[in-house]
Amino acid sequence: MKVLVGIKRVVDHNVRVRAKADGSGADIASAKMSINPFDEHAVEEAVRLKEAGIATEVVVVTTGAANAQDVLRHALALGADRAILVETADHLNSLAAAKVLREIVKREAPQLILIGKQAIDDDAAEVGQMLAALLNIGQATFASTIKVVDGKVEVTREIDGGQETIALALPAVITADLRLNDPRYIKLPNLMMAKKKPLDTLALADLGIDTASKVTTLNVAEPPARAAGKKLNTIEELIEVLRAQVKVN
Amino acid sequence: MSVLLIAEFDQQLKAATRSAITAATLLGGNIDVLVIGHNASAIAQQAANIQGVTRVLIADDVAYVKPLAENFAPLIQGLAVNYSHVVAPASSFGKNLLPRVAALLDVDMVSEVTKIIDASTFVRPLYAGNLNATVQTAETIKLLTIRPTGFEAAKDASQAAPVETVATKGDQGLSRFVSENIQQSERPELGTAQVIVTGGRSLGSAERFEELMAPLATKLNAAIGATRAAVDAGYAPNEWQVGQTGTVVAPDIYIAIGVSGAAQHIAGMKESRLIIAINQDPDAQIFQWADYGLVADLFDAVPKISAAL
Repeated sequence: MKVLVGIKRVVDHNVRVRAKADGSGADIASAKMSINPFDEHAVEEAVRLKEAGIATEVVVVTTGAANAQDVLRHALALGADRAILVETADHLNSLAAAKVLREIVKREAPQLILIGKQAIDDDAAEVGQMLAALLNIGQATFASTIKVVDGKVEVTREIDGGQETIALALPAVITADLRLNDPRYIKLPNLMMAKKKPLDTLALADLGIDTASKVTTLNVAEPPARAAGKKLNTIEELIEVLRAQVKVN
Repeated sequence: MSVLLIAEFDQQLKAATRSAITAATLLGGNIDVLVIGHNASAIAQQAANIQGVTRVLIADDVAYVKPLAENFAPLIQGLAVNYSHVVAPASSFGKNLLPRVAALLDVDMVSEVTKIIDASTFVRPLYAGNLNATVQTAETIKLLTIRPTGFEAAKDASQAAPVETVATKGDQGLSRFVSENIQQSERPELGTAQVIVTGGRSLGSAERFEELMAPLATKLNAAIGATRAAVDAGYAPNEWQVGQTGTVVAPDIYIAIGVSGAAQHIAGMKESRLIIAINQDPDAQIFQWADYGLVADLFDAVPKISAAL
């Protein structure tokens, strides 16, 4: 079974992102970039499926500029076999990103497609579901456990108030939550080996899809700061605040 | 202008659905609430009794017992062509479902809307709420998920709207519900509670988390939340997690106990009206967000507070 994993290069989760002075977007020109954390969980799960003898090949794909090769190399160092860069200087909205993945799915014919549940830059959480719809296949979002049995996949999903388990026919799209696994630390030899693994580059224009979006960003701003708080000195003062603010049972 | 609003419910219509209805009233025009389920006429009646609702559509099919996106999405796709907007709560239900509908309609959507500026212009958070983006959509059918904390829950009306039945699309044969594990609790639901007490990793163990948090929550009729660190350490169940990737909350009172204040946690609670923090560490980030802060030993302070209330 071939597994395709979609990944994205985003600002590292430890960076506090600020708005550009002119409000045209996030000021990320000099920010440290990393693989989207949820996508790293997706790669780790695919590699584990291969180590368990369920997956035969793990292919990772991203859409972005030439510098997005670094997150593909990271995924290869985690244990993916092969990488594809769909190269473009443009920022793609979710539907276009899903259409790119659909083209790659057509070429690669994977049985399972894994992707992070959301990217930590735009926090949209849309691409996996859109891809499943475009392919008319099943989807399991916010996955915390994946079991492949008899040509089907059983996925436990994190939902409001608890968990739900669903079964999907293959192929299917699964979006990874943080509790799916703990991604491994990359050791130096794996990093060296990753440099020798194949990484193919395709031009976005060659895929022949319309990536224009009708959703445009007018302005990006930092939310207003909260007014400075009051420091309390004793437990008694805090009890007074609570008595004044909350109805006590 | 007309809005198709996808209702979320369990035994009752969810409060998040009522918040989405309030948001829909800001778009202008009629609001039709779509109840997709099986034997859910009581839910349809609840929806019909809410202020601002023009009509309730009920799609009843055994394939709709559980909210499988594969089965719900084609039904919504078919109805959506008659509307300017399709709206759902930005809950795990709406976030799973609406992007699938968007792709079937070949449109880009706007998720996690926190503010409606006009019928095609919206505010939504980026980068875990560190930034707000104002976005505009030129799609003919505008699909939105509404963050419930941004809008008050719509109240009941004096007159009921009509309920009509719509044709269903049945089981698409792509997915099947197997089981669920939903925590039943006497406490208010985390996403809509008026008061939340949240514990962090410094509580030290599952036993101490329970010992400290439960009596305080009971006194304040509060929901219990937890940081990701506390959940990962096994002190609290996953569904209690507040933050960027857990539940986003905005209660009247938020009490953070032993919470350091990581950006991802702040993203999930900073819209709370009043934030109170108790922490041993005077330099904890959470104090920068708190309206009232107390530096104290949790294991001394929290039981004293619970006992005194």
